[in-house]
Amino acid sequence: MQGVLDFLLKYWVQLVDALVIVGVFPLLAGYVVLLERKVMADMQARLGPMRVGPHGLLQPLADAVKLMIKEDIIPESADRLIFWLAPVLSVTAAMLAFAAIAVGPGFLIADMNIGLLFILAISSMGIFGIVLGGWASNSHYSLLGALRSAAQLVSYEVAVGMAMVAGLLLAGTLSMKDIVLAQADRGVWFVFVAPIAFVIYLIGSVAETNRAPFDMPEAESELVAGYMTEYSGFRWALYFLAEYANMVVVGSVATTLFLGGWLRPFPSVAWLNFLDVVPPLVMLGVTGYCFYRVPRQTGKDQSFIMLIFAGICLLITLPLALVLAPVPQLAALKPGIHGAFWFIAKVMLYVYVFLWARFTFPRYRFDQLMRLGWHYLIPLSIVNVMAVATAVLLKENGVNPFVAFGGTALATVLVAMWLVRAGQAREQEAAAARAEQSA
Amino acid sequence: MDETRITGMPPVEETAVPGADEIVLNMGPQHPSTHGVLRVKLRLDGEKIEGSECFIGYLHRGVEKIAEHRTYQQFAPYVDRMDYVAAVSNGLGYCEAVEKLLGAEAPPRARVVRTILTELQRIASHLLWLGTHALDIGALTPVFYCLREREEILKIFEKYCGARLTTHAFRIGGLQYETYDGFEHDVKRFCVDFASKVDEYEQLLTGNRIWVGRTKGIGLLNSEQAIALGVTGPPLRASGVKWDIRKAMPYAAYDQYEFEIPTGKNGDTYDRYLVRMEEMRQSRRICLQAIENIPSGPIMAKVGKVLKPPPGEVYHAIEAPKGEIGYYVVSDGTTQPYRVRVRPPSFINLQALDTMVRGHLVADVVAIIGTLDIVLGEVDR
Amino acid sequence: MGNEILFYFFAGLAVLSGALVVTMRNVVHSAIFLITALLATAGLYLTLNAEFLFAVQIILYVGGIMVLFVFVIMLVNLDVALHQVQFNRQSWVAGLLSVALLAELLAALALARNSVSGSQLLPAPRLAAPGGGNTEEIGRLLFHNYVIPFEIASILLLVALVGAVVMGKKRI
Repeated sequence: MQGVLDFLLKYWVQLVDALVIVGVFPLLAGYVVLLERKVMADMQARLGPMRVGPHGLLQPLADAVKLMIKEDIIPESADRLIFWLAPVLSVTAAMLAFAAIAVGPGFLIADMNIGLLFILAISSMGIFGIVLGGWASNSHYSLLGALRSAAQLVSYEVAVGMAMVAGLLLAGTLSMKDIVLAQADRGVWFVFVAPIAFVIYLIGSVAETNRAPFDMPEAESELVAGYMTEYSGFRWALYFLAEYANMVVVGSVATTLFLGGWLRPFPSVAWLNFLDVVPPLVMLGVTGYCFYRVPRQTGKDQSFIMLIFAGICLLITLPLALVLAPVPQLAALKPGIHGAFWFIAKVMLYVYVFLWARFTFPRYRFDQLMRLGWHYLIPLSIVNVMAVATAVLLKENGVNPFVAFGGTALATVLVAMWLVRAGQAREQEAAAARAEQSA
Repeated sequence: MDETRITGMPPVEETAVPGADEIVLNMGPQHPSTHGVLRVKLRLDGEKIEGSECFIGYLHRGVEKIAEHRTYQQFAPYVDRMDYVAAVSNGLGYCEAVEKLLGAEAPPRARVVRTILTELQRIASHLLWLGTHALDIGALTPVFYCLREREEILKIFEKYCGARLTTHAFRIGGLQYETYDGFEHDVKRFCVDFASKVDEYEQLLTGNRIWVGRTKGIGLLNSEQAIALGVTGPPLRASGVKWDIRKAMPYAAYDQYEFEIPTGKNGDTYDRYLVRMEEMRQSRRICLQAIENIPSGPIMAKVGKVLKPPPGEVYHAIEAPKGEIGYYVVSDGTTQPYRVRVRPPSFINLQALDTMVRGHLVADVVAIIGTLDIVLGEVDR
Repeated sequence: MGNEILFYFFAGLAVLSGALVVTMRNVVHSAIFLITALLATAGLYLTLNAEFLFAVQIILYVGGIMVLFVFVIMLVNLDVALHQVQFNRQSWVAGLLSVALLAELLAALALARNSVSGSQLLPAPRLAAPGGGNTEEIGRLLFHNYVIPFEIASILLLVALVGAVVMGKKRI
């Protein structure tokens, strides 16, 4: 009994954080879904959800209620244990990954010294949610979709892992917090030092989260919805949440590893300290705009909800502004609170690129997708690891860092161009062979 | 396989038991991408398609039989419901066929207005094709842009004849309605805006690596195969055959205007895409020329209220957006036709599906069905 | 104290999952319990402060090998296994032998604890260098002391990979 009490006293912060994440997680994923719908609408010359709440701001709540009260249909010949287990696995994996993410220097649940590896491990567990879901539905199409999805995830995990290794070579540690501190020490975000690794990570993470242009396994026009076909109501909501939470997790890892985590742009350049004013200014602008729009809503209740939203934005602005005060106790909180703002902003930027890509590009066919992963991304990521390692070695032996990193990056780009040329030659051969065959 | 012979795959049930790796996959009739109620049975070796068979008739409404029991004018609205995406063209073909039977000719003003509306309809049909084809391949955005432009055309149709989709815009002998005030202005404004829009679509798709990868080399149909199968319209032109009825046997007012016939080289999906994009531009060109001087005069020829064409038969074909639509009308001297047989372009083009789909993967079937631009209303009638 | 609770939890989970793997009728259920057993082993690594092994166990065993298992299970006709008899007539022989093996292991453990010569059976683990975690220690061992065996193992894996591709492809 005493042991339990000791444990609680020691770890109560982490427990509260964990509870907050479990509670906030559906809300977070729901609002990412709303963001996607609004961005999609904007790119498609329309407005998106507008009715439920002002500008659709309460749409996630309406969706959640709808999905929860829907009838729970389980196919007759489905394996009940696994049918139940699969979405639970997906969601658990997505949620667990949040435990390792460092939103600010003090804002993390578990400062593991293998943080990055832990996230990688958890995402490989998430694959099972998909595979088992497809199998449990006991439908040919679902199984095919699930197996394809899993194959795609496993293939791109290699490329993503290698890209992470390139970043790790620069950071020298697996701990999420220390990676950002390493970037603070160097004074440069790793994306500028290893841009190719970032690009590989970006492409690989789009494939890892089953997003377009790599979403063939769950594309509507192909196999209806792939492994998710037989799931409805709350179970489907869990899968959906897991997918969007995965996007945020992947964005967080990219932000931590490449985009400087919670650091503001140019953290070590003193004359750019005025950039510290940006977070409260931005939030002030958002708050002001929300207040401005309050009387312009279509009804009294919409206006009221908009007022509440504006109030929430104000509540967020206040700490951002207060920590700028020269009072030492408040200033100590500045890295944490401003750090959280910058971190979330960067993750949102990364997620925006995901959304942008989804609505711009057509879909890759499955074999083209696998070819991209195995023939291009994996060799390139391996070469990139060697290049970055060489550059780090050169830099340690006194070569100018620009020359070292720039030179090796150039070499990697040349290898990439050669890979593309070889791929085109191979495709021309295949096309010629096919033309011969049919002639 | 000897490609100049027209053979379908023998019906799937009659072949020997499929080999160890072969499975039969059924697509449809309810499927998000078969553009209507079409059932396709695919014989697969792993993921590669060995053969296919189409099952149609889900939308058969007996249009041709109905024709035998309606007067010529009463049948005209039925014709719109065949290719419901491009109703105006259907109407043009039918009205001109009956006019040929009667020996009448629509007055010049009617012919020019008919040309303008038909070309606008061609653009609208191609826009819908582009949107849905891109959507099938995974590009979620072009469909909204295409529908936005199509909306402008449908507004013009609504202002002209009161309907957007099944317009019944033409009458036998000419037009019923005079063009509304502002018709020329609307059409001109649309045509002027449209040029940049087509460029927008091309920017989004034509050079896109993924788009090219999904459409180049897919659904090959060379010119001999196309001619042997009877394929017409953009698929025929994309295979390299420069045949367009608007140039070969001009009707309405097409002989007065300058326009080009785009052709392709390889006969793959990418070429068909490029051909249709260019056709949209050429249609715009025709509209701009036509709108400059619409001749004044009567809009209806003197054909009388009760139409009793002399006994005889006529086959009249026009270049609909989907291909050659032909009407074979047989008159026995009464007010109702003896037989109206429609040569639907989608029906004949669909025959090419088997040839085009062999050797490709299942994911390509959707792209190939989309590139043929079929409308089941026309296939089944 | 907490460590002991964790150990008993993970060990019990591992043993229970292992038993369920062999007794479940449905092959996919067996696979799931194998995953649980592997996760429990990873947990045991974690209680021993070997966090790198914990993560790598999950990545490789659960995320790689078990995915492979599950792929194969799902692509193969399962009905045959469902109707087979679970326990054959020689199960009592197997049981007897298992009990004998267990007795041997327990005896070995007791010896190792109590006698001097027995302590050579289970040498005391080497503590990590201060300031280094499990990852750094393993890295140091692999790339300084045991680099040749490491490289040979990598080449072996590469040969296996190439061989699998060569044997699996329909045409080169």
